[in-house]
Amino acid sequence: MRVKLEPRVASSQWMRYGGPVMALAATVIVGAILFAALGKNPANGIYAFFIAPVTTLPGVADLLVKATPLVICAIGLSIGFRGNVWNIGAEGQLIVGAVCGGAMALAFYPDDGWYVLSFMVLAGMAGGMAWAAIPAFLRSRFNVNEILTSLMLTYVAIELWKYMITGPLLDPGGSSFPQSREFPPGTLFGVIFESARTSVLFAVAVILAGWLFMTRALQGFKVDVVGQAIQAAHYAGFSQRRVVWLSFLVAGGAAGLAGLIEITGPIKQLPLKFTPGYGFVAIIVAFVGRLHPVGMTIAALLMALMFLGGDELQFELNLPPAIAGMFQGLLLFFVLASEVLIRFRIRVIRSARRTAPEASQAGAGE
Amino acid sequence: MADAPDNTAASALGDVSHRRDHGTAQLELRGITKQYPGVLANDSISLAVAPGGVHALLGENGAGKSTLVKIIYGVVKPDAGEILWAGEPTMINSPAHARRLGIGMVFQHFNLFDTLTVAENISLGMEGAGDLKSLAGRVSEISERYGLPINPHQHVHALSVGERQRVEIVRCLLQNPKLLIMDEPTSVLTPQEVEKLFVTLKRLGSEGCSILYISHKLEEIRELCDDATVLRGGQVVAVCDPRKETPKSLAEMMIGSEIPVIKRDDGAGAGAPRLEVTMLSLASDDPFGTILKDIDLTVRAGEVLGIAGVAGNGQKEFLMALSGEKPVADNDAVKIDGRACGRIGPAARRSLGLAFVPEERLGRGAVPEMSLAKNALLTGYRTGMVRRGLIQFDRIADYAGRVREAYDVKSAGVDAEARSLSGGNLQKFIIGREIGLKPGILLLAYPTWGVDVGAATTIHRAIMDLKASGAAILIVSEDLDELFEICDRLAVIAEGRLSPVVNNGEITIEEIGLWMSGDFDTAARAEPAGAGEAADAR
Repeated sequence: MRVKLEPRVASSQWMRYGGPVMALAATVIVGAILFAALGKNPANGIYAFFIAPVTTLPGVADLLVKATPLVICAIGLSIGFRGNVWNIGAEGQLIVGAVCGGAMALAFYPDDGWYVLSFMVLAGMAGGMAWAAIPAFLRSRFNVNEILTSLMLTYVAIELWKYMITGPLLDPGGSSFPQSREFPPGTLFGVIFESARTSVLFAVAVILAGWLFMTRALQGFKVDVVGQAIQAAHYAGFSQRRVVWLSFLVAGGAAGLAGLIEITGPIKQLPLKFTPGYGFVAIIVAFVGRLHPVGMTIAALLMALMFLGGDELQFELNLPPAIAGMFQGLLLFFVLASEVLIRFRIRVIRSARRTAPEASQAGAGE
Repeated sequence: MADAPDNTAASALGDVSHRRDHGTAQLELRGITKQYPGVLANDSISLAVAPGGVHALLGENGAGKSTLVKIIYGVVKPDAGEILWAGEPTMINSPAHARRLGIGMVFQHFNLFDTLTVAENISLGMEGAGDLKSLAGRVSEISERYGLPINPHQHVHALSVGERQRVEIVRCLLQNPKLLIMDEPTSVLTPQEVEKLFVTLKRLGSEGCSILYISHKLEEIRELCDDATVLRGGQVVAVCDPRKETPKSLAEMMIGSEIPVIKRDDGAGAGAPRLEVTMLSLASDDPFGTILKDIDLTVRAGEVLGIAGVAGNGQKEFLMALSGEKPVADNDAVKIDGRACGRIGPAARRSLGLAFVPEERLGRGAVPEMSLAKNALLTGYRTGMVRRGLIQFDRIADYAGRVREAYDVKSAGVDAEARSLSGGNLQKFIIGREIGLKPGILLLAYPTWGVDVGAATTIHRAIMDLKASGAAILIVSEDLDELFEICDRLAVIAEGRLSPVVNNGEITIEEIGLWMSGDFDTAARAEPAGAGEAADAR
C-alpha cells in the first residue's frame, strides 16, 4: 500500500476555501501539543491565546487597531501577488509612509486644523509609493529581481527612520531620547470606542475597493492574466510593465497609509520603534486569505488576535512573546501546504500490480 | 516510390506473415492499460511488431499513441498489462533500460544542445560513447551507410530541422537497436526529405531492425508500413495491412465515421488589401532563432492566404510580428486597412480589427486556470463586455456560451477551467472566440492541429463564412493538404524568407516541397511581376 498525490481534472473549489480552515485546525492542534510540551495545560493555553483577548471591549478595540494596518497592507500587496509581482518590502514602505506623514504633522506644528490630517494622509501614501517606486523602476527598467530590492530597501528605511528621529525630527524639548515630539490632538484620528479610532473606516474602504478591483474590474482581470499566464497577457496585449508599476504603487500607497494610521492612532508620535513587523505579517495575511479581500479580512483579524494572544500568554502563562510569531508561521505553513490539495488529491493505492500469471492468461487468447 | 522498393517491401511482408505464424515478435504488448485522471489513455492495448517489420501506430491526436510509446520506452509505467521483448516478459523501468534492451526512439521534439557539435551531443546521452574522435568516426560511418549525411563536427545550431532529425536517428543507430520508434518524424520534413527518410527506414527494416512508426499521415503509412494498428479513444479499433486499404478506409478506421467534405468556394474574388506587409525584417532575441528577412505580403478582403513551411523557419516570429507581440522598428512594415501599425502592440492592433489564433492554446491563447467565460474576456473586452471599467459577467458568460454551442465545445459549462478541456476542444473554443469578434483580419496558426476531423470541418466552414463576409485570412500551417484544401493563394516560409505568392492550383505539391527547403530564388526570378520583383525595385 502506498499513498500517492494525483492531479485533479479541475481545481477543487471545496479545497480552495476549506484548505485555510483545515490549516487553522492543524495550527491549533500543533499549538496544543506545544503547550503540553511546555508543561502548560493545552486548553488553558489555547483559551488564553485565541479567546481571552477578545472577551473584553478594550480587547475588541485593540483587535481592530492591530487588524487595520494588517488588512490595508495585505490588500495592497495582494494585487502584486496576483500579478506575479513579489513586493516583500511593505515594512519599509510603511516606515517611510509614517516618516513622511509624521514630518507633515511636525512641519505644521503647533497648527492642528482638520486639513493637517488630510495632508498627513496624502504625505504618508506618497511616501510609501515613492519608496515602492524604486524597486518598480529597477524591475521594469533593468529587470532587477524585486524580491531582493524591495526587501533590502526595508533595512534602508529602518536606517532612514533612525536618522530622522535622532536628527531632523528629534523632539526639541526632549532629553535627546530618540523620538519626535508628540503630535497635537487635532492631527489624530477621532476615537470611536476605547482604543478604536475612525481610521478603521480606511480599512473598510480599502477592503471594498480591493474587492471591486479584484473581482469586478477589467484592470484586476488584466493583473490576474499577467500573473497566471504571461504569454496569454502578451497575446492579449496586457502590459506587464504596467502591472509591475500598478502593483508597487498600490502596495506602497497602502503600506504608507497603514504606517500613518499607526502613528496617528495608538502612538501619537514617531517613537524609536513602532511596528511589530506589520509589513511582513501582511504577507502572511495575504496568503492565508488566499489573496481574496474577504479571506484577507478574516486573516488580518486572526493575525491581530495572535499578536494579542501572544501578550496574553506572556502575562497569564509566562511564555515568551515569540510564541505569537510562531503561531503565525505555523498557520502560513499549513495554509501553503493545503494549497497542493486544490490541484491534487490524495489517493491510497492498495495493490499496484497485477500478478504475472493473470496477465499472461489474459494475453493467451492471441 | 518506384517499383523496386515495393518489391522488397512485398517480400518483407511475406516474411512477416511467415514469422507471425511461427516465430516470436520482437515486441509484443498484451493488454496494456494506463489510466490518467479523467481519461483512460490506453485501454487494454495489444500489438505485435515482427523482427524487421515496419509497424504503423495510427490514430488521431489524443488516441493514446504517445502514452503507449512512452510505456514502451520506459518513461511511463502501465497500470496493467504485459510487455514481451523477443518473447520474454519484461518490465521496462526507464529509457536507459529500454536503450540497453535495444529500443531506440526518435522524439518529435529533439533533445539537442545548440551550442555543442553533433558528436558532442551524441556522446552526452550515450553509455560507453568512448572518446570523441573515434565516436566521430563511427558517426560518419553510420551516416554514410544509411544515407543520412551529417558532419559530426558541425555545431547543432547551424543544422536544419531535417539534419537535426538525422542526428537523432544516428544517435539511435549507434546503439544497434532492434526496435526504432519514430514519433511523427515527417512533420518537420519537406516532401523530398521524407522520401530520403523512407529509403533509410526501409533499409533498416531489411537489415532486421523493427520500426514502430507513429503517424496520422495516411499516404506515408501506406507507402512505408507492413502492418498497422489503429487506435481510437485509447483502444485498438483495427489491425490491418495498410497497403490493402485506401486512405479513405484508413481515415474512417481512425475517425470512426465518414469524413465530411468541405467545398472551397473560390468564386468570390478578392477585394481591397486589408493586411499589407512590406519589407518586414525582424532580429531574433534568441541567438539561434530565425530572423525574418524582407517579407512582402498582401492579404485582401475575401481571401484566404496560406503559408506553408517546415516548423522552425520563422513562422512563430512572423506571426508575432503581425500580431504585435513582437513590434517591428519600421512602422510602415505592417499596415492594417492602410494604417501603419508596425510599432504598436497587440491590443492596439486588435482595435484596428485584427484577431489571432496562436500556436500554443493553453497558456497563450487561453489562461489555463480561468473559466471559459473569463477566457472570452481575454480578447473580447472591447466589445461591450466591460462597462465603466467593470466586467459584465452575464455578457461574457453569454458570449462563451454561444461559442461553446456554435463550435460544439465539450466542456462542463462556461465556468469550466480552460485547462480541463482537451486540446481539440480548447482549439475550437479559441477559434470560435476569435471569429465571433467579427475580425477584419484573422491570423490562424495551425488551425486544425490536434483537432478531430469533424471539428476540422466545423472550423473550415467557419473560416469560409468569415471569408465570405469580406475578412482577410492568413493561415500558417505545416499541413499541406489543409492548405491546398482551403486557401486561395499560397506561399512558403523558409529560413525567415517568404516565397512568391501563387494562386492555389498553379503550383504542385512537389514545387511547394522544393520551396520549403528554401530554394525559391530561381522561381522568383522566373515569375513575371511577382511580389519579389516589386521588392527588388526599391
